[in-house]
Formats: sequence, C-alpha cells, structure tokens
Amino acid sequence: MTRAEFEERLFGVLKWISIAFFLVITVFPLIYIISLSFKPISELLQDPGNLFPSWKQITSFESYRAVLRPEDQGGQGFQVFIRNSLQVSLVTVATTLTVGVMAAYAVARLDFFGRRTVNLGIIIIYLFPAIVIAIPLFVLFSRIGLRSSLVSLMVVYLAQSLPVALYMLRNYFETIPIELEEAGMIDGLSRLGVIRRVTIPLAAPSIAATGLFVFMIAWNEFLYALLFVLDNRSLWTISLGVQQLDSIEVPRTLLMAGSVIISIPVILLFFIAERFMTQGLTAGGVKG
Amino acid sequence: MAGGEEPVAVPQPPAPARSGRFRRRTGLARADARVAYFLITPAVLVVIALVVFPFLWNAALSLQRVRLIDLRSVDFLTTDVTTRNFSRVTGTRDFWTVIKTTFIYTILGTILSIGMGLWAALIMQKAFRGRTVVRGLMLFPYVAPVIAVAFAWKMMLNPTFGIANEWQSNLGLPRVDYLGRRDFVLGLGPWHLTLPLALGAVILFEGWRYFPFAYLFLLARIQAIPEDLNEAALVDGATISQRFFYVTLPQLRPVLAVLFLLRFIFTFNKFDDVFLLTGGAAGTQVVSTKVIDWLLGRADVGSAAALSLVLAGFLVLFVIVYFAIGAGKDTSQ
Repeated sequence: MTRAEFEERLFGVLKWISIAFFLVITVFPLIYIISLSFKPISELLQDPGNLFPSWKQITSFESYRAVLRPEDQGGQGFQVFIRNSLQVSLVTVATTLTVGVMAAYAVARLDFFGRRTVNLGIIIIYLFPAIVIAIPLFVLFSRIGLRSSLVSLMVVYLAQSLPVALYMLRNYFETIPIELEEAGMIDGLSRLGVIRRVTIPLAAPSIAATGLFVFMIAWNEFLYALLFVLDNRSLWTISLGVQQLDSIEVPRTLLMAGSVIISIPVILLFFIAERFMTQGLTAGGVKG
Repeated sequence: MAGGEEPVAVPQPPAPARSGRFRRRTGLARADARVAYFLITPAVLVVIALVVFPFLWNAALSLQRVRLIDLRSVDFLTTDVTTRNFSRVTGTRDFWTVIKTTFIYTILGTILSIGMGLWAALIMQKAFRGRTVVRGLMLFPYVAPVIAVAFAWKMMLNPTFGIANEWQSNLGLPRVDYLGRRDFVLGLGPWHLTLPLALGAVILFEGWRYFPFAYLFLLARIQAIPEDLNEAALVDGATISQRFFYVTLPQLRPVLAVLFLLRFIFTFNKFDDVFLLTGGAAGTQVVSTKVIDWLLGRADVGSAAALSLVLAGFLVLFVIVYFAIGAGKDTSQ
C-alpha cells in the first residue's frame, strides 16, 4: 500500500468517526436537558443514568407546569418573564432596525464626509464587549432612576445589537443593484423616496433576517438583566429567571425545563430555516 | 485572489485610506451628503450616549470613591479624585492570579475553539448524505442561549447526579466535582501532575461553544480555494495530509490570523460563560467576573470601574494589534 492509499483509507475512516463525534457533542447536551426536563426529580436522584422518561411523564409536562405557574400558586412565574422578554426583545428589534436601516443605508450607498470614520466605528463597537461599559451604564441608570425598569433594558439592548444590525444590513444593502435605485431617481423619486419604495422592499427579507438575529441577542442577553432588574422579580427577563432557578431550593429538573423554554425560539429557527441561520451567522449575526 | 470566491464576512479592518482621490461635488452629491447625515444621526447619537460616553465616564468613576449605597447622593462632578481604587484593585492578593487565569483561559479557549473549528470544517468540506442536517446541528452550541448550554454542562458535570459522574462511577472511577474543584492531581507512578480542573472544564466549554464560529468562516474559505490548486497537487502525487499542509493551510492562514484575534478579544472579555458555570470559584476567576464581584459582591463601584478600565486597556491594546495585522494583510495583497 502506498502512502497515498494508506492516507486515503485512514482519513476516510477518521472522517466518519469525526462526524459522529461532532454530532454527539453538539446534540447530546440538548437531548440531555430535554429528557431531564420531563423526569420527576425523585427519579433523577435515584437513577441519574436513566435518560428516558416514560410516556406518561412526557405528557404530564410536570416541570414545565411548575415553571410556568404563577408565583402565588406555588410556581416559578415564568409567564411573566416570558412576557417581559418578549416586550423587551420586540421593542429592541423595532428600534434597532429603524436606526440600523437608516445608518446602514447611508454607509452602504451615500458618499459623505466622515463615512470612513463611521465604517471604522461600526467595527470598533462590534468588538466592544458589554462588560467594559457595564459599570458606568449601571451608575447612569441608577442615578436617573431608570435602572429597575424594562425601558432601561430596551435602551441598552439597542446599543448592544446596533453594531450587529449595522454590520449585516450594510453588507446586504451593498448587494442591491444600484441601477434599480437610479431608475427610481430618474422616475422622480427623492433619495428618501428611493429608500422607502425601492431599497427597503427589495431588502425586506434581509431586514427580517437581521431582525431575527437582533431578537435572539435581546432574548438571550444576561449580564444587563442581572445588573438592572435583579431586585424586582416582576421585571425579570427569561434569562434571569432561568439563572435564578439555579438554587438549592429549586429541583434541578425545573432548571432544565427553564433551559429548554429559553431555547425554543432558536430550536424553532433551526428547523424552519437552517440555511438562513448559516447565512446570517456568516454575515456576522452574533457578537461574542 | 482567484475569482468566484465567496465573501468571508469575518469583520475585517477597513482598507487603508486611498488618499488623493478628489471628486467634484455635484448638486446631487451634496444633497446625498445631507440625507446621509440625517440618516446616520440617530445611530451616532445612540453610540455616543451608550458606548462612547460610558466608556469615558468609566475613567472618571475609577478615580472616585463611590459605594453602591450612596449612588443616588454622590456628587459625580467632584474634583476630589483618588487613585485608591487602583491600588485597592491591583493590591489584592489574587489580582495577578486573575490576570494569569484570564490569559490562560483566553489563549487555550481560543486555540481549542479554532482547532475544533478547523477539524470540523475539514470533515465537512465534501458533500455526503445528511451533510445539510449535520451542518445545521453543528451551529447549535454557538447559537443556543448561553444560559441553556451552561446549565446543560453544569448538570452533566454535577458530582452527584450528572451523567458524566454516573458513567464514571459505573466504570469504577471516583466521582469528581469538575466545576467545583480547583486542582486535579494526576498520579503517574512516581510523578504527580497538578492540573487546574475547574478551569480546564471552563476552557473545554469555551472550545465547544465557539468552535462553530471558526468552523463557519473556515469552511467558507476552504470551499473558496480554487479547485485547480488541489488538482495540481494531486497530479504531483501529494497525499491528503500533504495537500492539507501545503495547499489548504497556507490558503487559510490570513483567515486563521483574523479569527484568532477576534476570538481572543471576545473571549478575553467573556463574562456570562464563566459566571454561569462556576461563578468565578475554584480558580476560574477572570477579570470580567471580578469586575462584577467588585460591584455586586463588595458594593464598591469605584473599584469595579477601575478594574473594568484595566480590562478596557487590554482591549484597546488588542484592537490596535487587530488593525495592525489587518492593515498589514491588506497591503500584502
């Protein structure tokens, strides 16, 4: 056997082993939390090695009920957290897309003094981690009395997701054929008219994609939720709610149910649009 | 570079200014510029108010005595400045330990995630049955909420009812509190090797969670390598490993460099992952978790600001390196 043949065979085998390895390490944690979220805590403590809940346990949704039930009925009150997270995330998507579409168009299409600086700024704030400005923002919002509120989160998440939106949208706008916009202008539209009637409709799918990534950033965010709203349980977001389940007073199976609930939007997106996820990520859809 | 290349959207430093390019300003161009200023104003205001201003104010805060309880009453415009916060922050016994841990965590986490990403990209480059499904699933660690995956790991590694320990004890091995124990002593006959256990687990998590990031960009770049390069190597009788080392790897070097710096910057400032897995205990305290410890644990705002300024200082340094390397790469092409 020549060296080439040997390697051909060796790597042929290794490739399948590797694929299996990657499949296991990516999928197993997900299967693990889903299966534990359906098991009663007593059974988990007795036999931690058994990962398969019975059909009856699956259909009872016991941990999920306990997590979602309002606090005054002995539950964890997750309905409130989900509503808070939805509110914050949707407002963040709306504001980020508005501000982002405007600025991204200018940077992608228009020639103005300072364009290079703005371009540079986008990359710098893209690299900018939340932790570096967390302390002054904490002090600022405390001082103006806004800290313990969902509005403070909406404002901070706008700043957090804006670089990602700008980065993605700028690249998308650059791919729209300039001739279409010129045709619009020849037909008598102003620049703003072109943006509204030509560019935005053409870029609508890309704008929607960007919106989904912004939604996920806001939905998953943890640090600012911890800093801003921890002292008021009625304002907790879902990420903070799940993290607070990590205590000795709460059964671990509830923590697993919470972890599954927070993952549902992402899992859904996976099943609906795997290709879209890949493209969005390659376009810079997540920061960190 | 060859044509037909897919754009690889790793955030790249902008190309150096093409100076000396003049353009006559027509009426349309002037109107466009006015529209442009109108369009970018909201974004610029958001960035100034919520990124630039806090960043600068952080420096002022780090020079003041501010405790968490007197946030509402303290006078932020005071000229009563002190460097005590810095001496307090750098004077604690664990300061240099924290810096060292941060670098170990960052360097090893970065290398591991890129290494795994490269490995994944190499096995995924050629089509096979079910590749689409596998390709999608491999993104999961990166896009899943950090809260969910951190608790999945915490649960799997739990010393009493985690699956890892369960399997281990079935094999007759002792149970190990992976995220709660600082050191693991490996005894090989007369030799004893002390390994940081919890930190190792956190680094593994880092590699696992971020390999899809590297994998995505490396796969895009690998698939953009012109086919004739590989064919030429094949004709010359190059084996698979030779084609990897002499054809693929040189082509990937620029992407690898940018990826390394990008992951390095992101990992260096990572808070959520370490905080959720260990809370900074058992030898895993990094600078970012220490910042929050100063703020919430010790209620000392000034010192938290001082330490986050130290973090920002490192960040500025890394960003400068990033641009220097990016710019160097641009001129070489």
